[in-house]
Amino acid sequence: MRDTVSKIIGTGLAAALLSMPVTASAQRDPAYTAARSAGIIGEKSDGYLGTLGGADADTQRMVEDLNIKRKAVYTREAQEQNATVQEVAFVGGCKQISRTVPGEKYQDPNGNWQTRTAAPPQLSPRCP
Amino acid sequence: MTGKWKVTFGRSGRAVTAGALGAMLVAVTMLPAGCVNVTAPDKPIVIELNINIRQEVVYRLDGAVDELIDENAEIF
Repeated sequence: MRDTVSKIIGTGLAAALLSMPVTASAQRDPAYTAARSAGIIGEKSDGYLGTLGGADADTQRMVEDLNIKRKAVYTREAQEQNATVQEVAFVGGCKQISRTVPGEKYQDPNGNWQTRTAAPPQLSPRCP
Repeated sequence: MTGKWKVTFGRSGRAVTAGALGAMLVAVTMLPAGCVNVTAPDKPIVIELNINIRQEVVYRLDGAVDELIDENAEIF
């Protein structure tokens, strides 16, 4: 009787825990994703986000907020890695541009906005 | 013959030494070579803004920044 009760409680607990929603902290805000797909937010070569034509005030605020958070993360990493924030941000930019999907905007080494295609993006020759 | 020669010009009779004459001649012949080229270069001008980036540090950061982006996916 006790075994059955504890089994029922255990199964119930497991079911409750599994049905809880997974925390969304590792996913992009839907508005951010939409703006990237629309090409109004793009990846700059310095590791931060930039706005292109058609970005409204909310989008600009969102970009500022994301850039502040990126800078904080770059700064912490720079301290841990004995590097400058600029160096970490530069590598961040290389990585982020490499990770763009076709249709998204990124800045080429000359500072011009490009649209990512299936081809590899134009990266600085200094990227790792 | 050595030494500078004295040459007189015009009614005022101002004396101009051969040294000064020679300098003027040289200056006149140098003018075409000093022309400024205003046509654009063929290759695009690459603006390297990140001049304080150490390449060996960039290579060292490679894997760490990949992880950093994965761990902070919502802002990247």
